[in-house]
Amino acid sequence: MDNVAIIGVGIHPFGRFGAKSAIEMGAEAVRGALADAGIEWKQVQFAFGGSREVDNPDAVVGLLGLTGIPFMDVYNGCATAATALELTADGIRSGKYDIGVAVGMDKHDPGAFTADPVHYGAPPWYGEIGHFLTTKFFGMKINRYMHDHGISHRTLARVAAKNYRNGVINPNAFRRKPLSEEAILGSRMLNYPLTNYMFCSPDEGAAAVVLCRADLAHRYTSAPVYLRATTLRTRSYGAHEVHASWAAVEQAEAPTVYASRAAYEAAGIGPEDVDVIQLQDTDAGAEIIHMAENGFCADGDQEKLLAEGATEIGGRLPVNTDGGLIANGEPIGASGLRQVHELVLQLRGQAGERQVPGQPRVGYAQLYGAPGTAGVSILTR
Amino acid sequence: MSQIPFAPDVFTWPSERPQLIGGRCGRCGTTTFPMQSSCPRCGDLGMEQVLLPRTGTLWTWTTQEFLPKEPYASGETQETFRPFAIGLVQLGDEVRVEGRLTVSDPAEISFGMELELVVFPFRAEEDGTEVMSYAFRPLS
Repeated sequence: MDNVAIIGVGIHPFGRFGAKSAIEMGAEAVRGALADAGIEWKQVQFAFGGSREVDNPDAVVGLLGLTGIPFMDVYNGCATAATALELTADGIRSGKYDIGVAVGMDKHDPGAFTADPVHYGAPPWYGEIGHFLTTKFFGMKINRYMHDHGISHRTLARVAAKNYRNGVINPNAFRRKPLSEEAILGSRMLNYPLTNYMFCSPDEGAAAVVLCRADLAHRYTSAPVYLRATTLRTRSYGAHEVHASWAAVEQAEAPTVYASRAAYEAAGIGPEDVDVIQLQDTDAGAEIIHMAENGFCADGDQEKLLAEGATEIGGRLPVNTDGGLIANGEPIGASGLRQVHELVLQLRGQAGERQVPGQPRVGYAQLYGAPGTAGVSILTR
Repeated sequence: MSQIPFAPDVFTWPSERPQLIGGRCGRCGTTTFPMQSSCPRCGDLGMEQVLLPRTGTLWTWTTQEFLPKEPYASGETQETFRPFAIGLVQLGDEVRVEGRLTVSDPAEISFGMELELVVFPFRAEEDGTEVMSYAFRPLS
């Protein structure tokens, strides 16, 4: 399915930006993507905007130009950006539009996310008694996984240290200081076995992509990247997911597994063909589990792979080459488009110090979030 | 001193041997906690209240070592917050439920450990009324 191409990517750095609004950041990301594609805003026929904090991401049109185009807003938890990307791609796949923009923006308060649990389908008392925390779920999930598959605390620290190292060489990252495995292991325990420096932080930022019909891509760029698959899945009965007061005894696979399989099938590509990988590293444990859920290794192999450096930029399975969520933080609406931004740079050979050697051809991005929603995108050049 | 549960229909109280109150689907037998209005597996509306087993085994767990933001309502502050552990506890072959553990030191917690349900004072109202919540206590 080479019917949609990415012809432009743009990003507003992730971090903390004082009084600057998310909408301003979103507009900058779109301008960056338009400049990268060599087009003007007036050529864009439709757009999807994703955000958790901004009620109307479409308000960026007030900064970009009031051209009257259809502009749809989406929120889908941590999979918001994958949703905006899929819907924009679908607008082109359907034949309705030739060229569109997907943009994500957010500006979160510091610290763990909170809300009214009722809006997540959890019982009204779930927050009152201290259960309504995404970090708690990730602690429980990786703790059992480590028990079942022989993953060590050191391997958790290796994941975080690698992502901080990659953040050092990413000018758009939030965390740009290297942290030793000892400092990571020795930082404050938040949700056993996960320490402070093993978690990403909610922050601020924006990212945008310009998509067009694949057969038109060469009008705009000599190096189009093709969007070969976008898939979204919610949880099945038996999956233990974020913000659940109970789980079934009969276990099902996580939504990422289903999204991943569907994406490989749609793209006609297998995990062995992927050259550069972006995974949802809400925490170091999530990156480890997601390596297996997306088919890149068997459960438990991560212990050896991390020790060998396989997931480093120069390794055979480069994961989160831009530092992932751990170094970039998570402005929810933008996070998945940040992943796509990095993959496009990698596939074009424009990732500079972070460039994966060997001219990567296939990129893979995965998002996961509450209340059990996963999104996968596969890109090729 | 009076004691009230934090919400009705979550656990039996007062009771010497408290039990969580779940829901069971009349069509496919799926058990949920708490009770909900329809079945998460088959969508059937015929859910009935069911008392869940008092004891179970620890499937997985973590600790909560920072003060949760609102809507957490224990009355604790940054200064008085006491970290706790939370587990996913398998009750018989029926269902796994999330619940606080009465122990919080990882050295005292192991996968598969046997636990029983207890009810404990979670916070005190201004008039001295104790608001009760549930937790799981190691059996040995």
